[in-house]
Amino acid sequence: MRYLPKSPAEREKMLAEIGAASIDDLFAVIPAEDRMNRDLDVPRAHAESEIIDYFRAAGRKNATNYASFLGAGCYRHYRPVIIDSLIQRGEFLTSYTPYQAEITQGTLQAIFEFQTMIAELTGMDVANASMYDGSTGAAEAVMMAVRVTGRHKAVVAATVHPEYREVLVTYTKHQGLPETLVSYDRETGRIDLSSLEAAVTEETAAVLVQSPNFFGVIEDIPAIAEIVHAKGALLIVSIAEAVSLGVVRPPVEADIVSMEAQSFGVALSYGGPFCGVIAAKEKYVRQMPGRLVGQTVDGNGNRGFVLTLSTREQHIRREKATSNICTNQALVALMATIFLSVYGKEGIRELAEHNLAKANYAAQTLSAQPGAKLRFTGAPSFHEFVLQTEEAPAQWTQRLLDNKIVGGIDLSRWYPELQNCTLWCATEVITRKNIDAAADVLAATPAEA
Amino acid sequence: MTNSSVPVTTGNVRPHPTQNEALLFEISTPGKHAYKLPPLDVPAVDAASLLGATHRSQSAQLPELSEIEIVRHFTRLSTWNYAIDLGMYPLGSCTMKYNPRVNELVARIEGLAEAHPYRPDSLAQGILEVIDLLQRCLIEITGMDAITLQPAAGAHGEFTGILLVRAWHESQGNPRKKILIPDSAHGTNPASAAICGYTVETLKSNAEGGIDLDALTRQVDEDTAALMLTNPSTIGVFESQIAKIAEILHAKGALLYMDGANMNALVGKARPGDFGVDVMHLNLHKTFSTPHGGGGPGSGPVACKAFLEPFLPTPVLVQDQDGAKHWNYNRPQSVGRVRAFYGNVGMFIRALAYILANGPDGLRQTTEDAVLNANYIRKKLEDVYDLPYKTASMHEVVFSDKRQAALGVKTGEIAKRLIDYGFHPYTVSFPMIVHGALMIEPTESESLEELDQFIAAMRAIAKEVEETPELVKAAPHSTRVSKLDEVTAARKPILRWAPAVRPNAR
Repeated sequence: MRYLPKSPAEREKMLAEIGAASIDDLFAVIPAEDRMNRDLDVPRAHAESEIIDYFRAAGRKNATNYASFLGAGCYRHYRPVIIDSLIQRGEFLTSYTPYQAEITQGTLQAIFEFQTMIAELTGMDVANASMYDGSTGAAEAVMMAVRVTGRHKAVVAATVHPEYREVLVTYTKHQGLPETLVSYDRETGRIDLSSLEAAVTEETAAVLVQSPNFFGVIEDIPAIAEIVHAKGALLIVSIAEAVSLGVVRPPVEADIVSMEAQSFGVALSYGGPFCGVIAAKEKYVRQMPGRLVGQTVDGNGNRGFVLTLSTREQHIRREKATSNICTNQALVALMATIFLSVYGKEGIRELAEHNLAKANYAAQTLSAQPGAKLRFTGAPSFHEFVLQTEEAPAQWTQRLLDNKIVGGIDLSRWYPELQNCTLWCATEVITRKNIDAAADVLAATPAEA
Repeated sequence: MTNSSVPVTTGNVRPHPTQNEALLFEISTPGKHAYKLPPLDVPAVDAASLLGATHRSQSAQLPELSEIEIVRHFTRLSTWNYAIDLGMYPLGSCTMKYNPRVNELVARIEGLAEAHPYRPDSLAQGILEVIDLLQRCLIEITGMDAITLQPAAGAHGEFTGILLVRAWHESQGNPRKKILIPDSAHGTNPASAAICGYTVETLKSNAEGGIDLDALTRQVDEDTAALMLTNPSTIGVFESQIAKIAEILHAKGALLYMDGANMNALVGKARPGDFGVDVMHLNLHKTFSTPHGGGGPGSGPVACKAFLEPFLPTPVLVQDQDGAKHWNYNRPQSVGRVRAFYGNVGMFIRALAYILANGPDGLRQTTEDAVLNANYIRKKLEDVYDLPYKTASMHEVVFSDKRQAALGVKTGEIAKRLIDYGFHPYTVSFPMIVHGALMIEPTESESLEELDQFIAAMRAIAKEVEETPELVKAAPHSTRVSKLDEVTAARKPILRWAPAVRPNAR
């Protein structure tokens, strides 16, 4: 086996040194009836070339040459080449969690830079080293708010990503933490402020909203914060599209921000691995979940970095820890850090403006087709929009597919009231040609298709 | 301690100078760019008027650098890391094995890496087949009946597995109250049980570091939902009474959860499903070679027996009669979702590539070599380091610092000295049932030469402890930074860079 660095003779030599007659001696501790006495029924050993062939064939079966208007929590942006060159350096790729600070300063400094950039972008004081993803990060943020406030109820906007909300329910249902869902304004697509005001009480630990929300609409964070804070609750803002922060005002009124940083240079990869991160006001840092890197000095006064405040974590506090998280998404956070270094202060704004322009053109062009109109036009949006068609989406979806276009996703899957409504996304990688082609297909009558 | 005129060698190691490198923010200069966007092919928009009050007026203070500076920055940082690619990384319970490079290549194949999770199933058959094959392989390897790949890491898998336990008990009319966890367990076990609404009851290990059957019998009652057991245990010992343990639990209606962190000792040799385990998680980033990446991403699939299958997280992968695969969301008894989308799919691809590279013979040989390496180290070090448990070792061996501590040198200090010899330290002070533990897991990826060098280093340090203990206590001597002040870091946390004077944003 090519990954195993031993010759048969060396194995024999080692067994002799140990004083074992055969390798089976070392497994004798496993009762005979529990041992496996046959080969595993898995595919035979493959040559490297065969492995590549197998996965290339799978990739082809997946179909690659489609223009896609899918977003909904997973966004295709251009990924600068140096991301993959740098993260594939073995010193990053094959290193462990940086518990031994003296020989992991590279990872530690990079995480410190990540924490700084996330804090800058979100308008928060501090950020952690990463969470699994945006969905689990949002759930952890709610549990963090429960610890901070000592209250045990949550209020959640219906415009938070439906799968994030499902994850939140899974996390909180066994902790006596009921959730109230607050609906959205049918004109603006924003959270309904009067319903929110009615839902938030003196028992509310946290209000979770998303901005841009699941419909792509940017929420009125200052107005929401006022309602939330009036009752002493914490405001958690979930951000599923990190690139929006290049041009959208950061949620500085929030107490906690839970962000999915996938848009910062991370491949779609059929939904993962992504990169969640929690940022917060400094006063809440000791209730944060996950790892934190802090700056310090060594014995000679040199600057260095260490994992810190670990008394919050499971390896010290066990069942009283702020979270059970151990392994996070470090290498993906490194991708985001490199992405943000490449775009930098001006580039992230320019990139976000390009997204805004593409989506604006797409929204105008698609909604100009017969039988189509935009929903939720009463509030600004970033690069996603909701299109309502007279024709059922199932019909034009197939016509688009026939033309190698994946159109918007049907929202009635999660919002039964939004019949014939689809969520479209146009990032900078969508071309005008893609948009015009999609519009032409939408305009074509079914009989012609 | 080095005299600059003389090259200093410790074992086979020489100091390796690298450039200093400031923070990105400190080397930033306004006006530098590392990006260029293509010309906008649609009309430009006025963001400020389009977004109104939601427009960002002040740009985030991100660094401004050219491409070469970024490449050099991160390359320099990388040289400050130790890594498997540089040498043995004997962290016990972490399974730091070789991460094959073909895994990285196939995970980046366009049709797989650029697949959107909401694309129609008809356009995702390739990736669904990959997921299906991995699921079938992992079910076969564990001897279980069903699996979910959704959990993002081991702790997330524990959480999911205990949710299955709870859902099953609820379906029987009573969720029960407590989870039993041995005192040798990883900290994630109790933390995961707590999130699922259970109280944690500690089970004291017996004199061999294993499960005390009498204590177990006493503590298992009608309130016990499950025992969370790591097998082989964190001291690297197989619970030879595992069948009996399962029997005691099942007799009281409790379930057996297995933390699969140490599956590298079992693959192809024994299957948890065959020795009474009801539900378990795997760590693809340990046993199945996906890279640790400085702390993640991981992947923590949960495998279970058939009676727990209805409770698996949604969605689950199913196959039509014509062979087409799709996601089934109609699962009324499911514990719900534990993560958006389907899991860390990129890790699934890598893990399957590893299984394909090995085949049945390679997987078995891998396990045998991992166990052989650990026992070789044990044999070669047991005369100089105290071995608190004499039970047969599987894939890792746990010594204690008893002899060295008597001379004033502790496991953490020995670990730091190991760095000077060119190795990553072993796991320090864990498991907690061993006072001053040195937990060593070599994995199968170490050659005899590398093992011998490690052994020589450990023996040399043991000698130094006797002759020049201060040298060991002040270690490491060869690193860029010396021992870092962790107390101040925690007392006055500096968790982000900030400019001395904040420049005015535009």
